[in-house]
Amino acid sequence: MRCEDFETIRDLYLDCELDHTTVAQIDAHLLLCATCRIAHEQARALQNELRSDARRYRAPPLLHERIRGAIAPRPRAFANLRHLASGWNPIAIAASLMLTITLSSGITADYLAVAKDNRVVDDVIASHIRSLMADHLIDVASSDRHTVKPWFSGKIDMSPPAVDLGASGFALVGGRLDYVDERPCAALVYRHDKHVINVLMWAHDAGNGTTTESYSRQGYNLIHVAADALDYWIVSDLHQGELNEFVSRLLMAARDSDGAG
Amino acid sequence: MTADPRARRFEQLVMPHLDSAYNLARWLTRNDADAQDVVQEACMRAFKYFDGFDGQYATAWLLKIVRNTCYSWLKENRPAEEMLALDDDLNEIDRDQAAMAINASGLGRSPEELVGIRRDTERLNRAIEMLPPPYREILILREMDDLSYREIAEIVGVPIGTVMSRLARARGQLQAALRNSAVGSVAS
Repeated sequence: MRCEDFETIRDLYLDCELDHTTVAQIDAHLLLCATCRIAHEQARALQNELRSDARRYRAPPLLHERIRGAIAPRPRAFANLRHLASGWNPIAIAASLMLTITLSSGITADYLAVAKDNRVVDDVIASHIRSLMADHLIDVASSDRHTVKPWFSGKIDMSPPAVDLGASGFALVGGRLDYVDERPCAALVYRHDKHVINVLMWAHDAGNGTTTESYSRQGYNLIHVAADALDYWIVSDLHQGELNEFVSRLLMAARDSDGAG
Repeated sequence: MTADPRARRFEQLVMPHLDSAYNLARWLTRNDADAQDVVQEACMRAFKYFDGFDGQYATAWLLKIVRNTCYSWLKENRPAEEMLALDDDLNEIDRDQAAMAINASGLGRSPEELVGIRRDTERLNRAIEMLPPPYREILILREMDDLSYREIAEIVGVPIGTVMSRLARARGQLQAALRNSAVGSVAS
């Protein structure tokens, strides 16, 4: 083999794309030719450096969630059934359902509530996931309640309490119209660090008083509050504790802003 | 997780390659948020056409979709890079000029990175980022995903000969860039 021949197939040799016979010929040539040997060693050094040192990016967990949520908008709460009930044996499913409920008796009420409000919860999560996709988050982008609040007037039959909670670490970033449980609703979007919080709300049609329910589905935490003639659904990947804090601040500020006009 | 068998099969076959998909998109868009959007869109496309997928070579199948989505995105958002990326007929001078233009714009992004002596891995990553996208993608598919020439040709949609010549140019440019930046950091 001549040096010119080796040069044309140097990358193929490096990348193991050659047959045994040619590889043997090159091996023999490299033993004799220092110039080609050095060129090959430099190329291999670069390859090793690339493979060991170059940055390899890993998909962020939120991206996994977004994609899973988009291809399979199903409740995570029931995912464990499949592991228990291998093969989809109805008896096994029934047994594991019992087991799941028994084991999690502390949150049995949640399961029943989830069943009751299944469609709303699914819609709220779907709305949240949609909002995480590009350019779907907000129709009106502003942290100023005097911009966000009037934007909704004429678009929906209620006035959402667009309060900025930036001082508490929950910055208002904007609002949009959305559609949940076959009705239009107002959505306010807040950010806490890198977490997005969606507050969906519509006029509340049943009595006075305040009720609160919590859900945990598909890796998201949801809080449902019926208060002051509004139904609020708050959804985020924030921890339940932080989300609770957000909700109490939101409600408090909403009442204050109502009082102030 | 889901009971939908199609989504479950997607989860088993395709989702394990999400890191590779994101890595390629991240290197091509050079930005986390854009890479996430591209990968999500690519996965939606993949899921849409999932019934036509024969289950073989899931990495190459997904990366091909991610790669095409990336280029559509580049075409829309960074037309200068895309022109370079898609036009194989550009002669070497145009190619080098375009590469220099991209290098200049890239260097402008973070001035603090231009001063002082850089660590070797940062130099290496920077040098990869500076490669024109057609060279960059082939280098990433070869060295990070360890794909064969044939698989790369399939993903990029070019003949194997083009893969070989681009790979050789990519390595040559990278070698030269590393040599230059080594000289530069010693001088500064």
